[in-house]
Amino acid sequence: MTLEYIPLVFMLVFGFGIATVFMYLSEILGAKRSTKEKNTTYESGMTPFKTARDRFSVKFYLVAMLFLVFDIEIVFMYPWAVQFKQLGSTGFIAMMLFIVLLLSGYIYVIKKGALKWD
Amino acid sequence: MSEFLWVIIESTIKAVIILTLIMLVYGALGVYLERKISAWIQNRIGPNRVGPFGLLQPFADVLKLFLKEDLVPTAANPTFHRLAPIITLGVAVAVYAVIPFGDYVTIAGRNIQLGLAPNANIAILFVLAMTSVGVYGITLGGWSSNNKYSLLGALRSTAQMISYELSMGLALVGVLMVAGTLSINQIVIQQSNYHWNIIYQPLGFILFLVAAFAETNRAPFDLPEAEPELVGGYNTEYSGMKFGMFFLAEYANMGTSSAIMVLLYFGGWQTLVPGGWFGFEPGSIGLALLQFVSFFIKIEIMVLFFIWVRWSVPRFRYDQLMNLGWKVLLPLAIANVAGTGIVSLLLK
Repeated sequence: MTLEYIPLVFMLVFGFGIATVFMYLSEILGAKRSTKEKNTTYESGMTPFKTARDRFSVKFYLVAMLFLVFDIEIVFMYPWAVQFKQLGSTGFIAMMLFIVLLLSGYIYVIKKGALKWD
Repeated sequence: MSEFLWVIIESTIKAVIILTLIMLVYGALGVYLERKISAWIQNRIGPNRVGPFGLLQPFADVLKLFLKEDLVPTAANPTFHRLAPIITLGVAVAVYAVIPFGDYVTIAGRNIQLGLAPNANIAILFVLAMTSVGVYGITLGGWSSNNKYSLLGALRSTAQMISYELSMGLALVGVLMVAGTLSINQIVIQQSNYHWNIIYQPLGFILFLVAAFAETNRAPFDLPEAEPELVGGYNTEYSGMKFGMFFLAEYANMGTSSAIMVLLYFGGWQTLVPGGWFGFEPGSIGLALLQFVSFFIKIEIMVLFFIWVRWSVPRFRYDQLMNLGWKVLLPLAIANVAGTGIVSLLLK
C-alpha cells in the first residue's frame, strides 16, 4: 500500500534534483564578465531608485485570504464528490446546504466590494 | 525488501524515460511549435536554419541558455533567487508522476504500468497540491529579485493563479462526482468505448479549460508578463538557464494541463481507433503503443489549441481577469456541481 506512494516521492526528488543540476550547470558554464553596472537592478535603463521592498495594494492580500477560505471548502468537497453515488440524495442535500452557506458568504464578500478592482 | 528494490529500479527507469519525454515532447517540440505556428499566424517564416525545418532550434536555444552569463543582481536575495526556478521546474516535473501514458504491458509475466504511479489513489489531489506549490516559485522569484517589475509581476501572477485555482478545483469536483474515484487511471478506464467525460461534463470542461489558461499564465491571461508594462514579469532579473528553467516549466505546465484535460475529459490513453482492428491483445506492446500514440495525438491537439489562442486573442485587463475568475467562473463552477448532482440523482 505504501509502496504506491514511493514513485511520487521519487519523482519529486528527481524533479528537484534535475532542477538543481540545471541551476549549477548554468552558473558554472555561463560566461563570467560581470561589471558593477551589469549587476544593478533592471529598470528600463534608468538608475534604479529605492528598493522593491515596498508596500503593495491590500487587494492582493484580500484575494489571498478569500482564496484560503474557499479553497478549504473545495478540498472539503473532494471526499464527498468521490463518495457521491454511495451517499445519495441525503448527502447531496447536506452538501447543498453547505454550499448555500458558502454562497451567502460569497455574496457578502461581493457586496462589501472586496473583489472590486478599480 | 526485494519488492521495494524492484519499485526503486522500475521508478528510476520510468522517471528517466518520462523526463526525456518532458524535455523532448513538451519542452523542445512545444517551443518549436509555438515559434513556427506564431510565425505562420503572423505571416512570417519562423525558425528554419538549424536542422531540417529548423527542428533543432530548441536544442540550440538550450545550449545558448546554458552558456549565457548568469547574472544575479547585487540587490537581489541570492538564496531565494536560486531557489525560485528550482521550485518551479521541480514541481512541474513532479506532476508527471501521476500521469498514465497508456494502460499496461505484460513483460515476463509482470504487468508494468505505463506511468510512474498512475494508480495512486491521491493522483488528482497530488496534481492540485503541486500546482499550488508552483505558486511559491513565482512569488519567490519576483520578490527575491528586488525589482519593481518582478514584484508586480509576481503579485499579479500569484493573485491570478490562486483565483483560478478555485474554479479549477470546483470543475474537477464535477468529474469526481461522475467517476467516484481520485485515481486518474481508474477515471480513464471508466471512459472506455468512447464514453468520454466531456459528454457528461461539457460545462465543467470549459471551466477547466479557461482556468488552465490562467493557471499556466498564458495569453489571454498572460498579465504577469505583460511586456509593455512589466518588461518580463517575475523573471525579469533571470538570465541563462535560470530563465530557461522558468521557460521550460511554463511549457511543461502547458503539457500537464493538456494531459490532465485529455485524461479527465477525452478518454486519456483510450485509443482513437479500436485496438481490435489490428488484433492487439490487452497487455501487448502493440496496444500499448497505440494507446501512447492516441494519448500523444490528443495532447498535441490541446497544445495546438493553446498556441492558437495565444496568438489570436488579445490580453485581458486586470479587473476583467479578476471579475471573470471570481464573478463568472466560480458561480458557474458551483452551478456545475449542483447541476451534476441533480441530474445524476434524477437519472438513478
